[in-house]
Formats: sequence, C-alpha cells, structure tokens
Amino acid sequence: MPFVDAEAVSKREYDVIVVGSGAGGGQTAYTLTMEGARVLVLEAGRKYDPTTETAMFQTPDMAPLRGTDTPEKPFGFYDATVDGGWQVPGEPYTQASKDKSQRFEWWRARMLGGRTNHWGRISLRNGPYDFKPRSRDGLGFDWPIAYEDMAPYYDKVEMLVGIYGSNEGLENTPNSPDGCLLPPPKPIVSDLLVQKHSAKLGFPTIACHRAVLTAPLDWKNTPAKLHPGNTAAQEIIARDMRRRSPCLWATPCGNGCSTRSNYQSTTVHLPPALETGKLDIVTDAMVAEVMLAKDGRASGVRFIDRHSGKSMQATARVVVLAASACETVRILLNSKSAQFPQGLANSSGKVGKYLMDTVGADLQGQIPLLENLPPHNEEGASGLHMYVPWYGYQAQKAGKLGFARGYHIEFIGGRRMPQYYTTEGLEWITGGSYGAKLKEDARRYYGSMIGFAGRGEMIPNEHSYCEIDPQVNDKWGIPVLRFHWKWSEHETRQAAHMQKTFAELIESMGGRVRTPPEKDGAKAIARGGSIIHELGGALMGEDPQRSVLNKWCQAWDVKNLFLADGSPFPSNADKNPTLTIMANAWRVADHILDRMRRKEL
Amino acid sequence: MDRRTSLRWMLTAATTLQLGLLELVPAASAAGGVEAKPYGSDPKLIDPYHPGELWPLTFTSAQRELATVLCDTIVPGDATSPSASAVGVVDFVDEWISAPYPRQRKDRKTILDGFTWIDVEAKRRHGRSATALSTEQLHGICDDICYLPKAKPEFRTAAKFFARYRDLTAGGFYTTPQGRKDLQYIGNVPLPRFDGPPLEVLKKVGLA
Repeated sequence: MPFVDAEAVSKREYDVIVVGSGAGGGQTAYTLTMEGARVLVLEAGRKYDPTTETAMFQTPDMAPLRGTDTPEKPFGFYDATVDGGWQVPGEPYTQASKDKSQRFEWWRARMLGGRTNHWGRISLRNGPYDFKPRSRDGLGFDWPIAYEDMAPYYDKVEMLVGIYGSNEGLENTPNSPDGCLLPPPKPIVSDLLVQKHSAKLGFPTIACHRAVLTAPLDWKNTPAKLHPGNTAAQEIIARDMRRRSPCLWATPCGNGCSTRSNYQSTTVHLPPALETGKLDIVTDAMVAEVMLAKDGRASGVRFIDRHSGKSMQATARVVVLAASACETVRILLNSKSAQFPQGLANSSGKVGKYLMDTVGADLQGQIPLLENLPPHNEEGASGLHMYVPWYGYQAQKAGKLGFARGYHIEFIGGRRMPQYYTTEGLEWITGGSYGAKLKEDARRYYGSMIGFAGRGEMIPNEHSYCEIDPQVNDKWGIPVLRFHWKWSEHETRQAAHMQKTFAELIESMGGRVRTPPEKDGAKAIARGGSIIHELGGALMGEDPQRSVLNKWCQAWDVKNLFLADGSPFPSNADKNPTLTIMANAWRVADHILDRMRRKEL
Repeated sequence: MDRRTSLRWMLTAATTLQLGLLELVPAASAAGGVEAKPYGSDPKLIDPYHPGELWPLTFTSAQRELATVLCDTIVPGDATSPSASAVGVVDFVDEWISAPYPRQRKDRKTILDGFTWIDVEAKRRHGRSATALSTEQLHGICDDICYLPKAKPEFRTAAKFFARYRDLTAGGFYTTPQGRKDLQYIGNVPLPRFDGPPLEVLKKVGLA
C-alpha cells in the first residue's frame, strides 16, 4: 500500500519519517527501504507520475502562448514542474530589504519529486579541495568529512542513477572508478568549436556529467555493488533498471521523461523503494513542525493535510528532514518548545545561517562559422554534452584573479527546436529586417548562436540567512521565512570574470557578443536564489557551538533527527549540488541503518 | 534547465523572473470587459491547446485586419513557406495580447497603441487607413520604425511597438510546423543512437 491518505498514518508504525521526496528525500527513502526499514515519506505537493503526465513530443504551437513562461509556469508551459515557481499561491515568503540586490528568490516545487522535476541533470562530483575550502584559503568552512568519505557514495549514486561523462584526471575534478559512468554523448559541432578555441585560451572543454541514460544500466553487475549481501534489494533494482529505457535522443529533459531515461526522484528512487513494500507516501502533507518527546528525542512530525486542512501527526523512531534547505530550516525554526525556545536543534543559534546559492552570469554570442550549416539533428541528450571545468587554480595561487574559488562554464548551441525566443530580439544582428529579408536572416542565423553561463562558488557569509517572519503566516497558519542576502566581492568579481572570459571565447571563435560583457560584477551577477542551488542553513561541522549537525548530519541537540537535503552543506562548490545531495543522503541513511541495527536509535 | 529547450534555463534563468503572481487580477479592464483567467499552476500538459480556448480572443475586426497585414508584412509567403497569417499567427498574437499575465498585459498596451499610431500615421501620410495602403506605402512607414537604435526621436515609441510585433510574429511563425520546416529543423523524433555531426558539417567549419 504505497500511497496512503493522511488519516492512515496515525495507525501505522514507522522506523523513519522522511520529509520531502526530492533528491535528498528520494535517496534517503530508497536506501532505507531497500535495506528493510519501514519508511513514511511526507510530500507537501501532489502526487505526480512522469510516465503518464509528461509532455514529451508536444511542440510549442500546441501550448498556450507558444509555451513561453508565465508566473504560473516560470520555466515554460511544458516544464515538468507543477504547483511551483518563484511564488506559490497562499505560501508567501518575505524579504528583509527592499534593495533588489539583497533579495533571495526562493524557487519551490510543491509536487512529488520536488525540484528534481526541474534541473539540468548536471551531476558533477565535488573534488577534494571542495570539502576543505577553509584549509586552502581561510574563507568559509571546511566540511567535517573529506572527499574519501563521500567517494564510495558518489560511486553508488552514479551506478544507480545513470550518469554519463568521462574521466579526464583534471585538478579537483575527480575520476569515477570503472563501471560508474555511462559513455558521454557525441559532441555537436558547436561543442567541438568551443573545445578548439578554449584550448587556445588555455582551458579544457570536456564531457559534461549528466543524469541521462546514454546506454542501458548494467543491471547484471551493479545491483550486487549497490546492495552487497542483500539479494532481495538486488532483484528489485535489477528489475527496475531494466524498466528504464535508454535516452531516445529527443525531447527536452526539463519536460520530464516518461521513458524514465533521466533522473527525477520519481523515475529512479521512488519506484524501487515502493516495490520493497516498506514505503508509504503521503502527498499533500505540509509539515509544520517536528514534535519533541519528553526525553528530548523527536517523536514525529505534525503536518497539515492540504485536502482537509486538518492538522495531523505521524510518529517514528527517527525523523529525517529533506524538504529543501530553506524549508527544512523553516520547519526547525517553527518547532519551538520549552527546551528549544528558538527552534529545534538551534542551541547554537546557527539554524538559518549561511544560506548559499550559486554565482551565475550569462553571455550569448553569434558565430558566423556556424551559419547555414547543412541541416542535421543536434538534439542529442537535450542538455550539455560538454562543459569547461574550473581551470584557474594556478592563476589564483599566483594572485592574478582577485577572487577566491572558481566557476565552471556551461554552454549550449545547436539547431534546437525553434521556440518563441529563437528569433526574439534578432535585430541585434539583422539591423531590423522584416519581410523577405527577415526570412532569409532567420534561416541564416538559426543554429549559429551559442550561450555561455558561468556557475561559480559562493562563500557563505554572515549577511545571507533566513529567519521566521514575526508577522506573516501562510494559508495553513504556518509562519513563513524572511530572507536576508548579500554577495561578497568574491562573488561579484567572479561574475565579472565570467563575462570577460565568455566574451574572449566568443571573439576567439570569430563571433559577436550579443551584449557587451558587463564589467561591473554587481550588475553581472544573477540575483540571489535565482540559480536554484539553495544550500546551507543548518551546517554540519566539528563544533556543536558553531554548527547545527555533526558529520552524520545528525542534530547535535536531538539524537534521532537528521537532515538529508542541501541544508547541511558547509560550502557550495561550483559543482551543481544535486549529485552531492544524493551521495550525502545515501551516506546519512547508511549511518541511520547502522545505528538502528545497533539499537542506538 | 532544459527548462524551455535545454537552452532556456541557461540563457534566461536570470532574466525571466516573472514575479508577482499574487498580484494577478482578472484582465477585465485591459481586455475590454471580458474576463481572462490564468491557467493556474497545474494545467494539463498533455492536451493540445488552441488560441481562444483558455481565455477569449479580443481583437476587434479592424484590429484583426491590421494585425493580418502587419504579420504578413513581417513574414510574407515565399517559395519556401507560407505567410504568418496563413498558419494562424494572427490568432496567436490575439491570444497573447488577451492573456491575463503581467508581460502580456504590458504588450497589449504596446500593440494596441501601436495599431492606433500606425493608422494615424497612414492617414497623415497618405490620407487612408493602414490596411488600405499599398505595399510601398506601408513599407515606407515600416522602414522608419523597424530598428529602434536608428529610429528618429519621433518614431521611437512606434519602433518599440514594431520590435514587439515582429517578435510576436516571428516567434509565432517559426514555432509552427511550417516555420520549423522553413528553418530546416530536424529533430523531435526518437533515434536509436546519436551520431553527432556529419562529416560534411565538420569539414565546413574546419574541424575535419
């Protein structure tokens, strides 16, 4: 009985309650149930089935407004996310400052699978430096674990999820052991052009790592590596791996994938977890607080059933929050008791602190060499085939950059399916043509554009945090978050460096930049939160006075409370965080299983 | 992120933040007394939609006539593909300017004010309405407003209108099957494998 209604859970006993069903919650539920634990997943949004609801081959002309974004579908009509976006009706959040540069835009997805329904599938491992940034440059925080602690879990997640990529042996860009990665897709012509010219400028262009099945998963060999000694789990995952079809080299990953060829929590984690018979999922269950027992342990959670509006409770031996960094923080801060008057697990006063996003800046160029190419299919795996890892370690060491940490470069070109915006603003290059000339120009320039985006590391700071707004509640009566935000010069200078680099690349290819590279980093940098890599707020660390969690993401203050989303991250490397969220969640779940077996939880 | 095509998430993530959903109100005043309701945060994605199904179209017959003329001035038919109006782009523009969202409501004013301006300008220059102008006469006006950076000060507002209208017309046209075919787009079909670029492409760009 996998999907249950809210009333049913009060009659059932669970080992673990997991709040959230995205990358962290999905992985936690998977690991725990495959190893025999009875798990209840509470998801604030509705049930969602990508195999029946996904618009795969629909074209823009079949959608309202040609599929362009609206406030209700902020990444386009066919984006898989429903009931989500920068604003969720009835569930506001507030800003401490009216200054736009001090806002944090909070993107949420109220649906099964959470934000895994909306992402680039870019799955890069953090490198050894990324776990010890403070030791290297004196800024931010070290993780209480090292790359070696996470590496076995990166291996497992890659084998389970299916990640394409290559091993290049570059600095702080780890190789995966044999058998972990699927083959990368063939580069398209613009990839090869960038590769050629980036080499001239001294940096490498290599296969990106993305969660898309470029080949069938190795269902014969990997199950035993994922679940050693557990034949029941091996059989379940071997069967499920065979149900996932390799990529069919068409349709945008962001629409979702009805053939389960890419990663969403609902295509990879939840189906086998449900098949164990150990998992119950309640959707439309908005968790308001963690309940505290008299002995100081978490007894369960209180949630609102969105259908009835009723307040309900669920109990378990262990509570895992994986509601997204900020939502997890909100739940902790709203869980007030005599023992924890400033919020649960917050004796350090650090809950909500050190909120991070990714540094982002974009520049587009037009490359004459790519004009009027013979028509051919360039859709490939829909997202990046190649990228540029951070290459500035030596320049940084020599003091030439003016900022700490680094960024990788994402870029995409090609003769993609024409969208509304394909010809938007084309006069920057046509000089304002219309009529017969416009049709000629559209043919000429179609497929000759390349967009570059930098994705860089933000260093956690004292000015970027969230707290409970003392005045505002959501429609369920739950107090909402208020955000504070500030970039440091490390981030804004990095954004300006991105602009300069992208312009150099475009010009090196003989191209023209669409807009002049922005020299003022404060103007170049994307707004806080807008890259949707929200991390931090409940950091793991070595010191209970200065961190919220120990290295197992277990609350220092509450023994049976764990966090398994992005909230425990002490840093936000330039590597997109989802893969690390999954690997860390597996690590945390393994620890919970171990402690439960030893009757310590 | 592959939100939009895979491109969309990357190129426009920072610029398309359309905030303020909660401020949405029925578009009655903007749309001449007809209420337009947004499609909500959980629309059915599988079914095809047609302009006019979700909210009423609002062009008057005179506006529709001028919209058609302008669409076909921007994207005329030729040996390769039909004109914009022949493939439903006027309906798309009408759907757009009748929609209940902030960006579209702003465009509604730009477009309808632009229609009025162009008609007044046609009468001023040639003594007849815009839809009655010869091709040369209409092009004479369009040439003055087709490129904002070079438009004379008195034509700047009209040039902003023309840029928006051209975006809507071209965006509407190249997203139709006929528009995709015109650009020689190949894709949206399942493939057993992805082979990368053909040799002739690599040769053309000097990579083989």
